[in-house]
Amino acid sequence: MAATDTVSTDRTPPSRGFGATERIQRARRAEAAFVGLGIVVTSVGAVTLMALLGGLLSDGWARLTPEFFGNFPSRRATQAGILAAWVGSLLVVLVCAFVAVPVGVAAGVYLEEYARRNWITDVIEINVNNLAGVPSIVYGLLALGVLVYGLGLGQSVATAGLTLALLILPIVIVATRESVRAVPYSIREAAYGVGATKWQVTSHHVLPYASPGISTGVIIGLSRALGETAPLVMIGALSFIAFLPTPPVRDSFPYISFQWLLDPFTVMPIQMFNWVSRPDPAFQANAAAAGLVLLVMTLAMNGFAIWFRIRMRSKIKW
Amino acid sequence: MPTVLNIVSPMDALPPPKMEGVDVKVFYGAKQALFDVSLPVRNRSVTAMIGPSGCGKSTFLRCLNRMNDVILGARVEGAITLDGQNVYDKTVDVVQLRARVGMVFQKPNPFPKSIYDNVAYGPRIHGLSANKAELDGIVETSLKKAGLWKEVADRLDQPGTGLSGGQQQRLCIARAIAVSPEVILMDEPCSALDPIATAIIEELIDELRQNFTIAIVTHSMQQAARVSQYTAFFHLGYLVEYGETRQIFTNPKEARTQAYITGRFG
Repeated sequence: MAATDTVSTDRTPPSRGFGATERIQRARRAEAAFVGLGIVVTSVGAVTLMALLGGLLSDGWARLTPEFFGNFPSRRATQAGILAAWVGSLLVVLVCAFVAVPVGVAAGVYLEEYARRNWITDVIEINVNNLAGVPSIVYGLLALGVLVYGLGLGQSVATAGLTLALLILPIVIVATRESVRAVPYSIREAAYGVGATKWQVTSHHVLPYASPGISTGVIIGLSRALGETAPLVMIGALSFIAFLPTPPVRDSFPYISFQWLLDPFTVMPIQMFNWVSRPDPAFQANAAAAGLVLLVMTLAMNGFAIWFRIRMRSKIKW
Repeated sequence: MPTVLNIVSPMDALPPPKMEGVDVKVFYGAKQALFDVSLPVRNRSVTAMIGPSGCGKSTFLRCLNRMNDVILGARVEGAITLDGQNVYDKTVDVVQLRARVGMVFQKPNPFPKSIYDNVAYGPRIHGLSANKAELDGIVETSLKKAGLWKEVADRLDQPGTGLSGGQQQRLCIARAIAVSPEVILMDEPCSALDPIATAIIEELIDELRQNFTIAIVTHSMQQAARVSQYTAFFHLGYLVEYGETRQIFTNPKEARTQAYITGRFG
């Protein structure tokens, strides 16, 4: 090359080869590190659940006999059972669902479809979201003042059901709103276009198409209610109870009785807590067995929610 | 309904307007989307509305069955008449209006229900049939008029969303027809369809004008030329020119119309 001002006319850059450069290798190592970390943190949850299940199984499996489900609590650990507790849990959750589902769904639909957007609805929205974060024992306090003493419902199935309904109401409302919002606007337009009223659009289309999401939210809420303890302790659930609530059917007119609503009760988590707090190790086994039953009930409800959602989603296609 | 001759020859009187916009202004909040639009939609013929995006053609169409009522902050001034009656009058029930002025949307939007239930929905909520047999009859007639009967007759219980895009749009047309509207509004009904499905719908529109008054918004000038008898050209919220389709496309009076149809903007 004679002079510095001659410029090479060859524009093809030198070949860079195909091997990974140092920089690429570094990027790869970072990725591998993250994947490893991801596997570890993901398994924390699964492993914990497995360990929990394993522990409960080894402690409580032997106690899971038919008598355990059919016996009332007893001073003798081997004769004690969870009859009052699981019946109580079932009734309380039933009352809870009966109140929380219509109220929560109606509130969610109203807020989403009907309410005007202004500062009042904004305040309500913020409140509903905040209610979901209120500690459950505060609901117990509220229930103690308003339901137990204020309305004179006492320490009853009805009080417990209403308290838990209040507790899961935000969950139901938020699930309803989100599912309703997920229904495409074009479907509403289609119904308006053939001359449907707003209520017809809502009840014939929006609600049915939103129902998979709503039911998922409801079931998740109910499984939360099933495991709640603090607010029920607060309103004074009994921990030792050797009778069932009044049966809902009678042999004489009017054949139906709602007396059970006002009967005292206990629920699974409280029964568990009662057993755990005893020094006798035999009662610890009872507690583990009850915990196992409670865990299976909750997991079954969540599993059902997932199955139900998948099934309904596959039916409704936009 | 008055019987009107359907012959449109230049020398004859034009068919009377079935619907008519008179000085229509539309506001979305503070923004004005339509400026004093006066436009007839003539009886038993197809009126096409063309113009670039955001020109107000869809806005005008949606005023005809008060679909804008649903949109928050939308306000309409001026008058829109159906058979001489202002549809924005307090005495007019919007639900009844929409039963008389049906609509087909841009994207096919069948309900996630069976083909039968899609078509039967309107007749059911308006109580148009006394029994199941009558309802079956309405569903069959509507699907036939929409040119879909042959393709779906043996699977009426299948979901409407399982049909192809073009079939879905014809299902939506059948759904609109089922309530026996007098006017059918179509908001870019072919924009989501392939050319073959589009051709089928265009043919269908031509048949439908025997029985219905049709207003169609379209992005495609060729489509407007093919299916319509009257064309309105919108630009920036103003109605620039309205006339018989042939005149608009061959001999526009306005320079802007000329520029748009020859593809110089839009």
